[in-house]
Amino acid sequence: MNAFTIHQGLCATLSRDDVDTDQIIPKQFLKRTDRNDYGDACFFAWRYDENGQPRPDFELNEPIYRGATILIAGRNFGCGSSREHAVWALAGMGFAVVIAPSFADIFTANSLQNGLLPVRLESVSVSRLRERAARGGYHITVDLQRQEVRDDDGLVATFAVDPFGRDCLLSGRDPIAMALSESDAIGAFESRRPDWLPHTDGPGIV
Amino acid sequence: MNQYSQSAVPRTAYQKIWESHAVSGDPRSRALIYIDLHLVHEVTSPQAFAGLRSEHRSVRRPDLTLAVMDHTVPTWERSRPTPDLVAAEQLRQLADNCRAAAVPLLDLHHQRQGIVHVIGPELGLIQPGMTVVCGDSHTSTLGAFGALAFGIGTSEVEQVLASQCLWQAPVPTLEIRVEGELPLGVTAKDMALAIIGRVGVAGAQGTVVEYTGSAIRSLSMEGRLTVCNLTIEAGARAGLISPDETTVEYLRGRAGSRSGRDFDRAAQAWLDFATEDGARFDRTVVLQAAELVPHVTWGTNPGMVAAVTGHVPRVRDFASEAEREQAARALDYMGLQEGTAIEEIFIDRVFIGSCTNGRLEDLRAAAAIAAGGRVNPRVRAMVVPGSQAVKRAAEAEGLNRIFTAAGFEWREPGCSMCLGMNPDVLAPGERCASTSNRNFEGRQGAGGRTHLVSPPMAAAAALHGHFVDVRTLQPAPLAGGAEAAT
Ligand code: SF4
Repeated sequence: MNAFTIHQGLCATLSRDDVDTDQIIPKQFLKRTDRNDYGDACFFAWRYDENGQPRPDFELNEPIYRGATILIAGRNFGCGSSREHAVWALAGMGFAVVIAPSFADIFTANSLQNGLLPVRLESVSVSRLRERAARGGYHITVDLQRQEVRDDDGLVATFAVDPFGRDCLLSGRDPIAMALSESDAIGAFESRRPDWLPHTDGPGIV
Repeated sequence: MNQYSQSAVPRTAYQKIWESHAVSGDPRSRALIYIDLHLVHEVTSPQAFAGLRSEHRSVRRPDLTLAVMDHTVPTWERSRPTPDLVAAEQLRQLADNCRAAAVPLLDLHHQRQGIVHVIGPELGLIQPGMTVVCGDSHTSTLGAFGALAFGIGTSEVEQVLASQCLWQAPVPTLEIRVEGELPLGVTAKDMALAIIGRVGVAGAQGTVVEYTGSAIRSLSMEGRLTVCNLTIEAGARAGLISPDETTVEYLRGRAGSRSGRDFDRAAQAWLDFATEDGARFDRTVVLQAAELVPHVTWGTNPGMVAAVTGHVPRVRDFASEAEREQAARALDYMGLQEGTAIEEIFIDRVFIGSCTNGRLEDLRAAAAIAAGGRVNPRVRAMVVPGSQAVKRAAEAEGLNRIFTAAGFEWREPGCSMCLGMNPDVLAPGERCASTSNRNFEGRQGAGGRTHLVSPPMAAAAALHGHFVDVRTLQPAPLAGGAEAAT
């Protein structure tokens, strides 16, 4: 897992609610079997026209946002499909942080697994950030240790984050290694499981 | 008596499942939870298997893992190799990964192949009190059995393959109670769409939903699966229905269930997972079934829904600026005028299938409307059974003949046009009445326009070329058959 402690970067805005993962990464890109190079496909249908040219009316295509690493998004960001490709695509497009009033549950889990920090702030704070970001050239600092977002003009907003996800991000610890380190407890649990529970290698399954 | 029946404070099914699956950690904050069943498909698993390989880890419990090919499979011609080479490579990798790790696989040609959320129940692999995960958000479907079932991403798929466990925090519960009797022509799908319209697409975020009330109790297992399927569209982590006699009877005789005395013992254990009288939920929403009507979505998320007798909403009628912008964008994408009567929306395509509505009961309900009719000449309609077992059972009842005689295409099982990862897609601008679960932009094909409806509503739209209120139609009586056999 990629460690995350503090991040400083340029903000870009995507001012719409309920952005689903089908928009973040459309299904035609889900047939690949690697984790890399989804960045160019991120927001594909919104970002490019039929000829593959950038659509001038799509916010993230605006030149002022070039090089942005922090996305200021709307409510319920990342809803819908569980596809982790959405997180790989956002990271591939250069984002390290997404700030929104709320996130879909599976998207939050997927982000934390990949070192993309989902920062949940109250709507008023998100609106304030969005206004400032829309002028262009707006840089902020996202500090996971202190759980706060701040800019050079005195704005400070604290955010909550899942403590376990935070620990993993700060330490760069691998949740799988942490689970495997409990293998004695897992084994003991398995020996207590009821015998009526089904098995997939039983008769009539495959 | 088991450990649960002695508890002093009445508990919900969710609490019982949660507490009985904590392997280590603190069940009040963050625990390592044991996973009883892990379902795997071709799209969200290759990177997880690759991750295992690169770390020299193995699959801990292949016997609690089942893989199936469903998302990208062709539904037409399967005797020749898939022409989509990228999809074919992904399918090949799933087969290779399963072979190497000894994970049972239902491949393209297997007689029990089907959509992952359809085959699990058919095989009797989903039982009350279990924890079930899959790299797929609609895993919520399986909560219909009183199981805790939820979707995960690929990194968590890798974690479950390696350890059979997941790090999880307990979440609040939301009770959605539906009382009374569903009117004729109103289905479990309409109930679910009404619920999403009521609570909103983020309304259940961060919760586990439990569906209660007499209208839920009287649903068949198939109807319950439809309701739980759409839980994710309200943003919930999972949705479940407390186990009862309907659950137990469905599981009797299935491949994954025990038999004889062992079955009775299991059934008792299952019922012990039921939510107890007086158990507290963190929040409750109540709907009256008698007030429900057939629903049609008009926008680009499942919460944008109207009664079939209603109209496409006017943008100015939305309360906030954000909602007005969202509605305006949705209407623009959907190519709809404000105030248009729903019944005056004309369609080009019909899709009957998916893990929401691809089961035998759904096909029967659609066939009852299609019987003796003719698909409108402007419409192309297809029926895609949710599994090979559904397809066989439907053919045994003659449903395929009813559909094909009326001009519907009858296809091989898979996800098909629910997400269009195979050749079944909408062309840009095409409008579809679909029994699936997501009307997101481009979901069924770039530029395609999706209206979510129930199976009888989809069949009626196919015949008439536009939406019609199924309650005004006379469904044909069909010879009933057995439930989808395993
Ligand atoms: S039918 Fe649709 S929603 Fe269901 S698993 Fe397949 S793609 Fe997902």
